[in-house]
Amino acid sequence: MHYIAVQEKDFNVGYEYQQLIKDNSSDGAVVFFVGRMREFNQGQNVSALTLEHYPGMTEKALNDIIIEARQRFNISRSRVIHRVGDLSLQDQIVFVGISSPHRDEAFAAAQFIMDYLKTRAPFWKKETTSAGNSIWLDATESDATAAQKWAQSND
Amino acid sequence: MITVLFFASLKEQLGCDRIDLLCANINTINDIKQSLIVDKPQWSKWLLKPSLLCAKNCAVVNGDCPVTSGDEVAFFPPVTGG
Repeated sequence: MHYIAVQEKDFNVGYEYQQLIKDNSSDGAVVFFVGRMREFNQGQNVSALTLEHYPGMTEKALNDIIIEARQRFNISRSRVIHRVGDLSLQDQIVFVGISSPHRDEAFAAAQFIMDYLKTRAPFWKKETTSAGNSIWLDATESDATAAQKWAQSND
Repeated sequence: MITVLFFASLKEQLGCDRIDLLCANINTINDIKQSLIVDKPQWSKWLLKPSLLCAKNCAVVNGDCPVTSGDEVAFFPPVTGG
């Protein structure tokens, strides 16, 4: 019911949706998010992306995030897929899918999982610019603020 | 023996992804950093960065966290996935 994958290969959103709804008559809401590689980021034109991760810790961090999401929100199923390795423009990077009886919980859980994933799961992006330079991305203040919002609302 | 791993930009800055450290006089994460810097002073610039994160056995910890033989310790920059 709760699926996590860290993989080089692409994912199929249609297949993931089917896994969320198959034999599922209790949920009225499915929300999913797909993160994609874009050509302009942090002021640079980007032509390629390499995603590094910490095998072992990545899966544990994602699992911890799902456990916390299930404690906070009424969700029945979740699917989190994050790609690693070399990616190209327009490639899919990350999938978060949630099935819940109600939409409010599904939307909130998907946002919570993405906000925590971006600040707690050990992935690192290295972008190659169209000028041929390779640059490790810096963590952004806006991502940190988005994650902190959930800590405050839990007080 | 403690396994020390480095990831992402830190790995490239140090030119190293893994070191196996003997545990003599090493009790905490900060002791690991100091031991590495004594051996390689040029690493201090990177290992003492305030933004650097550390994990012990795949859980994020602070510098005063105790370590023992058999632990896997990793140093890495703030994460940027998603």
